[in-house]
Amino acid sequence: MKTNHEEFEPRIVGFLCNWCAYSGADLAGVSRLKSAPNIRIIRVMCSGRVDPSFIVRAFQLGADGVLVAGCHPGDCHYQEGNFKALRRILMLKRILAEFGIDERRLRLEWISASEGEKFARVSTEFTEEVRRLGPLELRADVILQPLGTEQENEAYQLSPGLNGTIQQGVAL
Amino acid sequence: MSKPKLALYWAASCGGCEIAVLDIEEKILDVASFFDIVFWPCAMDFKYKDVEAMPEKSIDLCLFNGAIRTSENEAMARLLREKSKVLVAFGSCAAEGCIPGLANLTTREEIFQWVYSESPSTVNTDTVRPRTHVSVPEGELEIPEFYDTVRTLAQVVPVDYSIPGCPPQAPQIIAVMSLIMQGKELPPPGSVIGAGEKTCCDECPRVRKEKRLKRFYRPLEIEPKQDECLLDQGIICMGPATRSGCGALCVKANMPCRGCYGPAPNVVDQGMKMISALSSVIDSQDPGEINRILDQIADPVGTFYRFSLPDSMLRRKQLR
Repeated sequence: MKTNHEEFEPRIVGFLCNWCAYSGADLAGVSRLKSAPNIRIIRVMCSGRVDPSFIVRAFQLGADGVLVAGCHPGDCHYQEGNFKALRRILMLKRILAEFGIDERRLRLEWISASEGEKFARVSTEFTEEVRRLGPLELRADVILQPLGTEQENEAYQLSPGLNGTIQQGVAL
Repeated sequence: MSKPKLALYWAASCGGCEIAVLDIEEKILDVASFFDIVFWPCAMDFKYKDVEAMPEKSIDLCLFNGAIRTSENEAMARLLREKSKVLVAFGSCAAEGCIPGLANLTTREEIFQWVYSESPSTVNTDTVRPRTHVSVPEGELEIPEFYDTVRTLAQVVPVDYSIPGCPPQAPQIIAVMSLIMQGKELPPPGSVIGAGEKTCCDECPRVRKEKRLKRFYRPLEIEPKQDECLLDQGIICMGPATRSGCGALCVKANMPCRGCYGPAPNVVDQGMKMISALSSVIDSQDPGEINRILDQIADPVGTFYRFSLPDSMLRRKQLR
C-alpha cells in the first residue's frame, strides 16, 4: 500500500444518468469549471439502471471509488428510477461494509442538468475523500482474473459489452 | 466390455450430498450395476493411494461434493481432475461454496482464535494450535493446512459440469444419471445440469401481487398466509434470485427460499441480484425511513449469500 496518499491518484468510475447528471457534467465542461479529473464517466439511461453488480465490478476492475448520479427526487425521467437507485445504494453500502470495503467509496448524488457547478464540486470533494481513504487494493484473488475454463470465464463475467465499458472506464 | 468407472468424493461438506445420492432409492442399484464404483470413501473402503495408482483419465465420471477448505481438499481436487474424464461439482459446496463458504467473512486466524481459545467450551491452557508438521518420537507427522479462504471446486481446477443444490434433489440426480446411463448427449461443458433454467419463483405455487414493503419479518416473527407470496408478506425469500430445479420445496413448507440452487441463469452474483430485487419493492422514498426498513434485515450478507459467498464477485471479506 502506498503510504503517501498525496501521490495517489484515485480512479473513480461515475455512472451518470443521461437526463440530468450527464448533462450537468457536460455543463461543467462547457462552462470550463475547474474540477478533479479523476472521474471516468459512464453514461447510463437512468441511475435506476445501475445494478449493484456494476458497482462491484468497477471495484473489482480497479476503481477506488464509484459515483452514481441521477436526477433530483421527483425529476426522474422514468418516474422513480432514482428512488430505486437510492434504495439499492443504501443497501449496497451495508453489504460493502460487511465485505470490508469502506462505504464512503460509494457515493450517490442528485445533479440536475443545470447544476454544472454541483458536478464540479462533487467530483472534487469525492476525489479528495477517496484520496484520504487511499487505494482500495482488493485481495489479489478477488481482482478480476481468468479462472478455469473459457466457458467459466464467460459465465463469470457480465455481458462482454458491459464488462468492456466498465473496464474502459476504469482504465482511462 | 468393462463398465464405466464412477468416483464420488467429499471435500469440505456436511455429508448431505452423500445422503442425497442414496436418496435416489432403488435407482442406486441401477447406478451400481451400470458403473464400476472405483472410489467412494464415504461408503466403501478405498485409499488415496488406490486413486493415485489409476491411469490418467481412467475415471469416466467423478461427482465431487464439498468446497476447498484445506490443502487435502485441494490435493484431492487436483488428483481427481487428473484421473477423471468428466469432473462434476456436485452440490452447492463444490459449485458455489455454500455454508462452509460463509467462513470467508472471517479469517483463519479469527477462526482458530475462537475455536482454540475464546469459545466458552474451550479449555486450552497451553494455547495449542494446529500445526501442519509436528515431530513425535515415531517420526514427523503431517496434517493438511487450513486455508484462509474457502474456494469452490472450479476456482481450483477446471470443472465440466455443476449440479447445484444443498443437497441436489433426488429427481434431479436421477434425471442426470439416467441421461448418462442411456448414453445421451450431455449439454456443453461448463453447463449447470440437474437444475432448471428459470428462477425458484417460476416453480412456486403461491400467488404474487404487486409488492410494496414497509416491513421485513424473520420467519419466526410472523405466521405466513398459506397461499400468498412470502416476499409479499415481508419474509425475505431468495426465490427471485435463485435458480429453479428444487420444485420450490421450502416455500411449499411455509419457509422462504434460502437460495441453495445458486444464482439464476445468466446471473453473475446472487446477492447483488437480491439487493436489486428487494430495493425495487421497498415502499419508501425517504433515506431515513429506507434505512429503518433495511435495519429489519438481519444479517444481510448471510441471507443474500448464504450459499454463494465464495462464488460471488467479492468472494470474501477484504482485510485492511
